[in-house]
Amino acid sequence: MQWSEEGFVLVARRHGESSAVVSLLTAGHGRHAGLVRGGSRQRGVIQPGNRVMATWRARLADHLGSFTLEGVSSGLGVILPDRGRLAALTAACAVAEAALPERHPYPRLFRAFERLLAVLASDRDWGEPFVRWEITLLDELGFGLDLGSCAVTGATEGLAYVSPNSGRAVSDGAADPYRDRLLPLPRFLVAEVAADAAAVGQGLRLTGSFLERHAFTPHGRKLPAARHRLLGMISMATTSPGVITVAERT
Amino acid sequence: MGGPDIERLIGLVAKLPGLGPRSARRVVLALLKRREALLAPLAEALRAAAERVRTCSRCGNLDTADPCAICRDERRDPSVLCVVEDVADLWAMERAGVFHGRYHVLGGTLSALDGVGPDDLDIRGLLARAGDGAVQEVILATNATVDGQTTAHYVAERLSERGLTVTRLAHGVPIGGELEYLDEGTLGAALKSRRAL
Repeated sequence: MQWSEEGFVLVARRHGESSAVVSLLTAGHGRHAGLVRGGSRQRGVIQPGNRVMATWRARLADHLGSFTLEGVSSGLGVILPDRGRLAALTAACAVAEAALPERHPYPRLFRAFERLLAVLASDRDWGEPFVRWEITLLDELGFGLDLGSCAVTGATEGLAYVSPNSGRAVSDGAADPYRDRLLPLPRFLVAEVAADAAAVGQGLRLTGSFLERHAFTPHGRKLPAARHRLLGMISMATTSPGVITVAERT
Repeated sequence: MGGPDIERLIGLVAKLPGLGPRSARRVVLALLKRREALLAPLAEALRAAAERVRTCSRCGNLDTADPCAICRDERRDPSVLCVVEDVADLWAMERAGVFHGRYHVLGGTLSALDGVGPDDLDIRGLLARAGDGAVQEVILATNATVDGQTTAHYVAERLSERGLTVTRLAHGVPIGGELEYLDEGTLGAALKSRRAL
């Protein structure tokens, strides 16, 4: 068995003295793990978020198999010095690693991940793209949000909440009886407005709630610590502006 | 083959980094052939190390004395503290002979995947040392990896309230490095950290 494809490193776990078990996100083979021999020599290549050309070989399809990896590109030069971008990268990799089933292709999610990494490796806003990536993740896992119209009235204007049960938007006017049970819907998801730290925090709480409920809790797991750390950082940015920058726009 | 004692010795040597069962057998055979010159002094040195070496309660270095020789050395600058992940990193810095301040060994890096949180590292000890009034600069010399830099940002955040200068090691072109063979990440970091000539 053998295939070659480009992918992104999600995690690398040390295996023995010098090898590593590396998990990649690829377009055609989904989240796929393999053994990288001499992984300690390739430590720079197997950093989360790096784009690599992978060749996977195994005797049988259900074996772990081994990867031969070659670095293609890396945005870590921009990401590592910026604590917000670094937290977003580790959160995205940790969530993808924990939420996605192995060896099931999600080409649309791969492209969304590719776009998110391109944003993180640039000086562009990363808060909104991160939330949108998690929305794509929910969608691809079969738990997509329906933010097009109000679940109660059918209105397409004034959408301000999301039902935690159905994942459908609810307009401000129809929210009254359940307002305290609904999840706030950040405006940038339904209108052309800039996403400030507070709105990004709302978005992360929204997607986090559905990810936890559908992708983690049923399997007895919790959202990864890196994801909690990202939300904590964003929450801090809303009270102490300048701690991290999620949006460059004014 | 060589009796249970020798097999046990081979088994133990094979657990050392860089050695497998085959090379362990060669090491043990070499030791047994040079019993007086090598085996006996090595056994004595190992016994002494096991009895005397301890972790420095101030910095986390390994030494036969607590505080360690670096922490006791009054010629070293107490106002600069270099934070490293592991004792091996401290030893690497000392080999370079370019740093004359004091060290603090964290004992690893934060890793969400491996379940290593702030309480698993000696961050509390670092904060206590950084707040003792003598320290003015903290150099974060963690590895230029995702986990290393995540840890550096976390420590920098914890130190930010103390009014200290917090710096980190530069990332860029290594001495003798050729641009053609550098990865994009390192090149990007080098370009961002360029200096006027």
